Amino acid sequence: MKRQDEDRGSHRHLEGIRAAVTGGTSGLGLALVRALYRQGARVAFVARHASEVDAVARSLPGTFGIVGDIALKADVHPIAMQIVGNLGGLDLLVNNASSLGPTPLALLGDTDCEDLELAFATNLLGPFRLTKALLGALTASAREGRGSIVLNVSSDAAATPYPRWGAYGASKASLLHMSRIWDEELASETVRVLALDPGDMDTPLHALAVPDADRTALKAPAVAAREMLDAIVAAWPGRRRSDAEPVLTAGLEVGR
Amino acid sequence: MIAADRPRQRPRDAKLLLVDAKGRLAHAPRSRFLEYLRPGDLLVANDAATLPASLPGIHGPTGAPIEVRLAGRSSLRPDDVRTFSAVVFGAGDFRTRTEDRPLPPALLPGDHVAFGSAVASSHGLLTGRVRAVLEHPRLVSLNFDGEPRDIWAGLARVGRPIQYAHLRAPLALWDVWTSIAALPAAFEAPSASFVLDWTSIHAMRQRDIRFATITLAAGISSTGDPDLDRLLPFDEPYRISGHAAVAIQRARAKSGRVVAIGTTVVRALEHAGRDGTLRTGEGVADQRIGPTSPLHVVDAIISGTHEPDSSHYQMLRAFASDRVLAEASASLEAEGYRTHEFGDSVLIEKDFRLERVRAAA
Repeated sequence: MKRQDEDRGSHRHLEGIRAAVTGGTSGLGLALVRALYRQGARVAFVARHASEVDAVARSLPGTFGIVGDIALKADVHPIAMQIVGNLGGLDLLVNNASSLGPTPLALLGDTDCEDLELAFATNLLGPFRLTKALLGALTASAREGRGSIVLNVSSDAAATPYPRWGAYGASKASLLHMSRIWDEELASETVRVLALDPGDMDTPLHALAVPDADRTALKAPAVAAREMLDAIVAAWPGRRRSDAEPVLTAGLEVGR
Repeated sequence: MIAADRPRQRPRDAKLLLVDAKGRLAHAPRSRFLEYLRPGDLLVANDAATLPASLPGIHGPTGAPIEVRLAGRSSLRPDDVRTFSAVVFGAGDFRTRTEDRPLPPALLPGDHVAFGSAVASSHGLLTGRVRAVLEHPRLVSLNFDGEPRDIWAGLARVGRPIQYAHLRAPLALWDVWTSIAALPAAFEAPSASFVLDWTSIHAMRQRDIRFATITLAAGISSTGDPDLDRLLPFDEPYRISGHAAVAIQRARAKSGRVVAIGTTVVRALEHAGRDGTLRTGEGVADQRIGPTSPLHVVDAIISGTHEPDSSHYQMLRAFASDRVLAEASASLEAEGYRTHEFGDSVLIEKDFRLERVRAAA
């Protein structure tokens, strides 16, 4: 319980924000959903499997679980509609859902094109499509003085050419670069696009990539989630509280 | 006019007819619309995203296939999705003009409707009941079963955007969401906003043209049934933020014009400002705007091209005289303008002489 109190105290700024997290039923995504929930955010999360979505939604009453696959073009707008429909708007989008490409990891020369395509569909095209579909909601939030942020979960594999991480690394490098460009383009709208590397974490994805890793040397996803929320709070553009709305008591004269 | 039959929001050759406050006409490429605005002007757009409001279903008592088109709702609240007004069609799809669609079976209060395919997972199963039959046998109030989140999931799974027989292929949501689409609330796309892309929104800043958004749940534009169409437009809930209201006030203080992108923006702003002060927050626009309507808030409109028998055209009569609108219609025909959702556009400045005529009347 102590931990929860500390969380609540450290991020009062996230209270009441409307947040969406993809890949929200395991690993870092689940940790982010839990951390945002504890800090009073209104949270929608997306994942592919209905049973897991239901289980997480039941464990965190008031969250909105959405079933869909961001790697599928036809799923993206229905996902976006449910996010904004349920939350009434959007202040924070976390593109967290990721694909390793081939598992076990493979040399590029041994990587099937289909596995490379899946990595790009999940790690680049999905975040692009979902962010684009939600750009109206994110900029509306920014116009109303709340500011908004897109957080794309990156990796050190986006910057370092690790052998056998070709599909994942190339797609995450693309995501990182897209994030930088979009951040520049949206600066005038007071929307930030961040790409953050959470570090090596003890998650199902990491276990799939490195089955014999020393788990004690890996970061707990909850710790990485807390660090990411700290970074989000620090980067939040402009005013971030829902009470930024001007209060008009008498109405505005519009007659000439 | 020619029907625009491809779902391209910003075709390169889109045209713009300009009608100034003195009734003079001019033509321009629509992509250059910002050149006809002035520093200090405020553009106001409707940022409603379009719902997948066309739902295939099975009418419980008869087993007949029907199409339910959601058409209205009492507020924009995220959890206010249990009850909608809806127009019901018989079997068929977008390839048949709505005028030629068969009638649905007789609808009675309590009738059960199952939406989507018969085999549905627990996620996205959508059912409902006819709550009441409204002013027309095909216009009903419909109650969906379940919690709001289940209803949103069901709409996402079984719904499609309302379709148009003049288009060559069915529309997907990405065809009808504008660049600024935010809250899913419109029953048909606020298509005047198709003119906007992020390049133009950035260019506004450089030209000192301000930009604000409101949200109005744009209703259906036509049903193909003359008796039903006479009831249009249905009531539409809207929201005007304090930020949008302040932007309007600032524009007016500096003699900038308030330029509405689309009839839905005019309806929302004029409803909120109907007694001379602009109310912020949520409201329900229930008024008709026509030749005798004063315009308290809006100075000009960018709109699609509308045929003279539509309610949209009636609204344009608040901006310009019948003589000017007749000349504009003739010019649209002569110059080969395209009409409907993905067609060309007009920019009409309010003729201030109309106000004097109304005041004198």
